[in-house]
Amino acid sequence: MSGIPHDHYEPKTGFEKWLHERLPIVSLVHSTMTIPTPKNLNWWWIWGIVLAFCLVLQIVTGIVLAMHYTPHVDLAFASIEHIMRDVNGGAVLRYVHMNGASLFFFAVYIHIFRGLFYGSYKAPREITWIVGMLIYLAMMATGFLGYVLPWGQMSFWGATVITGLFGAIPFVGEAIQTWLLGGPAVDNATLNRFFSLHYLLPFVIAALVIVHIWAFHTTGNNNPTGVDVRTKSKAEVEKDTLPFWPYFVIKDLFALAVILVIFFAVVGFMPNYLGHPDNYIEANPLVTPAHIVPEWYYLPFYAILRAFTSDVWVVQIASFVTGGIVDAKFFGVLAMFGSIFVMVLVPWLDTSNVRSGKYRPMFRWWFYLLVIDFIVLMWCGAQPAEPPYSTISLIGAGYWFAYFLVILPLLGVIEKPLPLPESIEEDFNNHYPSSQTPAE
Amino acid sequence: MIKNLTLSILSALMITAGGAFASGGGGGHIENVQFSFDGPFGKWDQNQLQRGLQVYTEVCAGCHGLQYVPLRTLTDLGYTDAEVRAYASQFEVYDAELDDTRPALPTDNFPKGGVAEAPDLSMMAKARAGFHGPYGLGLNQLFKGMGGPEYIVALLTGYTGEEIEEAGTTFYENDIFPGGKIAMGQPLWGEDVEYADGHSNDLHHEAEDVAAFLMWAAEPKLMVRKYVGFMGVFFLTLLSVLLYLTNKRLWKPIKGKTEA
Repeated sequence: MSGIPHDHYEPKTGFEKWLHERLPIVSLVHSTMTIPTPKNLNWWWIWGIVLAFCLVLQIVTGIVLAMHYTPHVDLAFASIEHIMRDVNGGAVLRYVHMNGASLFFFAVYIHIFRGLFYGSYKAPREITWIVGMLIYLAMMATGFLGYVLPWGQMSFWGATVITGLFGAIPFVGEAIQTWLLGGPAVDNATLNRFFSLHYLLPFVIAALVIVHIWAFHTTGNNNPTGVDVRTKSKAEVEKDTLPFWPYFVIKDLFALAVILVIFFAVVGFMPNYLGHPDNYIEANPLVTPAHIVPEWYYLPFYAILRAFTSDVWVVQIASFVTGGIVDAKFFGVLAMFGSIFVMVLVPWLDTSNVRSGKYRPMFRWWFYLLVIDFIVLMWCGAQPAEPPYSTISLIGAGYWFAYFLVILPLLGVIEKPLPLPESIEEDFNNHYPSSQTPAE
Repeated sequence: MIKNLTLSILSALMITAGGAFASGGGGGHIENVQFSFDGPFGKWDQNQLQRGLQVYTEVCAGCHGLQYVPLRTLTDLGYTDAEVRAYASQFEVYDAELDDTRPALPTDNFPKGGVAEAPDLSMMAKARAGFHGPYGLGLNQLFKGMGGPEYIVALLTGYTGEEIEEAGTTFYENDIFPGGKIAMGQPLWGEDVEYADGHSNDLHHEAEDVAAFLMWAAEPKLMVRKYVGFMGVFFLTLLSVLLYLTNKRLWKPIKGKTEA
């Protein structure tokens, strides 16, 4: 699969040869499982398998839940209670699906920040990164669509607010919003199409995941040093790498089991902790909840959306320059989508030749600040849109853009990186020195 | 090597802590109540649930309904089928086939409330959060639970006795209710019901009993859920230990090996 020299599958028995000539599927599985993997991967590299597990978990639980759910405004809320009360194992199944979404996003955020720190987005892995970003966008859409289905108060008002974002687009916004909703407001047509799309998108994600894996199996994994695997000969490769099976499969499964211990504790003992109480009240278009907040995983971007109010000078300039076409609401929408778009562009915004943040003394502090910024924005997103939260959100949003658009391009020029290790093997042996006296 | 994993899980908890949100409250302080069903090993107190059902039937059901709760599930509270049948028959439900009302059967749900303004109580114990935590971080929800039943107890015992006239409507002052005034007059005063088991029927006990009952109504599968949680944690911990040992043994020849 990759350009890294390694053993290939050889069909042995007659049947294997017969099959291999017609469909080399065993060969595909074999090379996927035995792919040479840098042996110095640390524990931040386990989240990929957690994400794969989450996707399967959500699809399996979701398919069963869909058997008992009714996508109709008069029946949806009651059908969730039917699942919670009458369906065998329904309550647990639904709580697993609900919290499975949180685990999915939790894992994807760590996975993304892992990539940002170790420079996994840099050449030659730009396609892996961009496909990953597409997966993340599809996840955001799927999570949002799914949250509408229980037809609680937050479902309804969340859908109203989020589809309202499209209404902020100048000239065509209202038409687009009506088209998305299937009517002038969130109603039965909306619920039906959201259910349909919520069922569809996970399979789109599954397809993108295959492309994502295909892409990084072509380039090979990045690793904590960012140093490439030496590929002159098979012997050299074997010094830097180990086959994925069994070394990384077992390691990742161990990490997955530990994470699932926490996951089952949440599902069993506090399944509504990450939810919102208002969603146990049936949707009512006539009663607006006091605070409309999205699910926790959207909060940082929700904070960015709300940060740009009409009294912020950049918004005023934008409004002046465009003759009022870009108002504060539309500016906020642009900022929110822009905050994800700058992440998509990061392979070209980061000018440093060194991949790993481990060897970038200045970068790492800016990166840690970005992680803190993300958490602060998340907290701001849950707070009411008023001072001091609006000011903090604005500073947070400003840093987010500054990191990608100013700091990363500049750092590559002014920063003096630390010396890199010669090879992955050297890095690995420094971590795990021989118990005997070191060879000379 | 475990340090990094612990670190990533710690950061996990940190992020998720941001996930619980403050939703508006009347500002009144909500006391934690030690319910028998609290905590990973908590169990329903069937006697309390039965007392709560009595308070609900004799007081709340006058205005409120439990439209999502099937009457047959009252067997969870320790009643026999015959007792549930007898209990159900006191409610009149509309039957579309008869185009008329008839006495409810165990296969029916509790009826809807008779007063349009009185919210349905089926999920009330999950639709309110008593605790929000410092700075909206939800940390005390992590330790005390969401506080739904606690909210109900606090609300029922939070009346100050003042009445507020507003545009021809009478509101009752209540520290717990958002806005500080509620349209529902004080429903419980103490000694509203006579418990068959002779349990104390002062205001606070009645409020706790009905809150416990409403928690059951909102989350009837609570015990199953905790059992699944416990089994999940137990067996996955076991699996983690085995995988840890497997992983350690698998990597042993690789780590600390000096290459030529």
